[in-house]
Amino acid sequence: MINTGDTAWVLVSTALVLLMTAPGLMLFYGGLVRRKNVLSIMMQSLFLLCLISLQWILFGYSLSFGPDVGHFIGNLHWAMLRNVTGAPNPDYAPTIPHTLFMLFQMMFAVITPALITGAFAERMKFSGFALFSLLWAILVYDPICHWVWGAGGWIRNLGALDFAGGTVVHISSGIAALACALVLGKRKTYHNGATPPHNLVFTVIGAGLLWFGWFGFNAGSALAANELAVNAFLVTNTAAAAAALTWMAIEWRINGKPTILGAASGVVAGLVAITPASGFVSAGSAILIGITVGIACYFAVAVVKTKFGYDDSLDAFGVHGVGGTTGALLTGLFAQKIINAGGNNGLLFGNPSLLKIQFIAVAVTMAYSFTVTFILLKIVDAVVGGLRVEENDEIIGLDITQHEENAYTLID
Amino acid sequence: MKLIIAIIQPYKLEAVMEELDKAEIHLKTVSHVLGCGRQKGRSEIYRGVKEAGNLLKKVRLEIAVNDNYVEATIKAITTAAKTGQVGDGKIFVLDLENCQRIRTGEKGAEAIG
Repeated sequence: MINTGDTAWVLVSTALVLLMTAPGLMLFYGGLVRRKNVLSIMMQSLFLLCLISLQWILFGYSLSFGPDVGHFIGNLHWAMLRNVTGAPNPDYAPTIPHTLFMLFQMMFAVITPALITGAFAERMKFSGFALFSLLWAILVYDPICHWVWGAGGWIRNLGALDFAGGTVVHISSGIAALACALVLGKRKTYHNGATPPHNLVFTVIGAGLLWFGWFGFNAGSALAANELAVNAFLVTNTAAAAAALTWMAIEWRINGKPTILGAASGVVAGLVAITPASGFVSAGSAILIGITVGIACYFAVAVVKTKFGYDDSLDAFGVHGVGGTTGALLTGLFAQKIINAGGNNGLLFGNPSLLKIQFIAVAVTMAYSFTVTFILLKIVDAVVGGLRVEENDEIIGLDITQHEENAYTLID
Repeated sequence: MKLIIAIIQPYKLEAVMEELDKAEIHLKTVSHVLGCGRQKGRSEIYRGVKEAGNLLKKVRLEIAVNDNYVEATIKAITTAAKTGQVGDGKIFVLDLENCQRIRTGEKGAEAIG
């Protein structure tokens, strides 16, 4: 039975999640790279928005949410949106058109590979990126999405909680980002230090748009305009604020001054961590989740990355991998049935088994995403003759060498 | 006293600064400039229209030194900026008539360092 209020809210949420990719993530990442690469990183997000939009309706949605095959993947009965109509699908969302649920999920499928681009920024060949992303969507995103959210998926059957995509979106992309950073190697000019962002104003606007769009991502994941959506909205805002304040406080203490890049990074870390928990935890728990993830992600990008020396250029692993993992595990601590009767109680509310289930979901997702990403990179490397651009092209910048355009002119 | 002006590839700036530091030459002015030499620019395409021969981005260094530092400065710049490819840039050495430090009013050789 279609509810018009629910339908209106999920329509708006779908557009909000699109806004996270274009232009939210584009600006967030675009500001962080050097001026000679800003167009290339924005192009990657725009390209994925178009590519996955088609992949999703052709067969991606069917693989992710279609009728179950062995608890691992959907079959192709919903390919080309066959059997996906205006009538609701009670397995997923009983009060909105099935087509709308498909569209809402499309925007998640778009942003997930776009998050990975932060790891190989400023050095990957466009052809290699395009092929890798398509294969990754089919062989990593679609299966993991099916495991966690698809009817019959094995992680869903296990009882793991992932309200809006901590595992499906952030852990899968964050771990893939680490594999990319390791396989591609460092940028020529990277010496385990900072690469000064070329326009922090872009990055701050991008973080603001991500925050705004995240209300669609998390509160929209209630798939209804109800009290659960409002709770998700509340805890999303709370965790973002707590994580950003934590990040600023750490910087203030360690470096003597809080920075706006630190604050923006903290915002995103908080939003990532609350994503899996947003339909299951209280506002008080959201503050604790925000503080924890602020510390965890700061440690990951400021200490771990420099110590091990991998070039996760825009901290896709450091924020999404580490933040997503923190959020998924903390969901196992803080979840409450009082918030969501369809969820479960966590460790702190008398049910230690949920934490174990969350741990299994996280560990398997990590292992699967890392392994398949690694293999895909090796295959793409062979097919396109090298994942990276020529050294001289990297020096000149990807905007000119991959797209023959310049973002900024020096005169006029 | 000489004024050394070097036009180099932008991506070589970091390496040149490192070499200059090693030679204990710390005072410099750096600016973005456009220009072209034998590379004759690079083409760009906007909405299907190709535009050839755009000027290339370069970095210009200005360093004022006393005579005994001239060779060390030139050596530092060439060591770091040379790739052997067209477009490495040029170094100009000019006589410098005078120099005054605004803060103290010192003039000439002692004002430079």
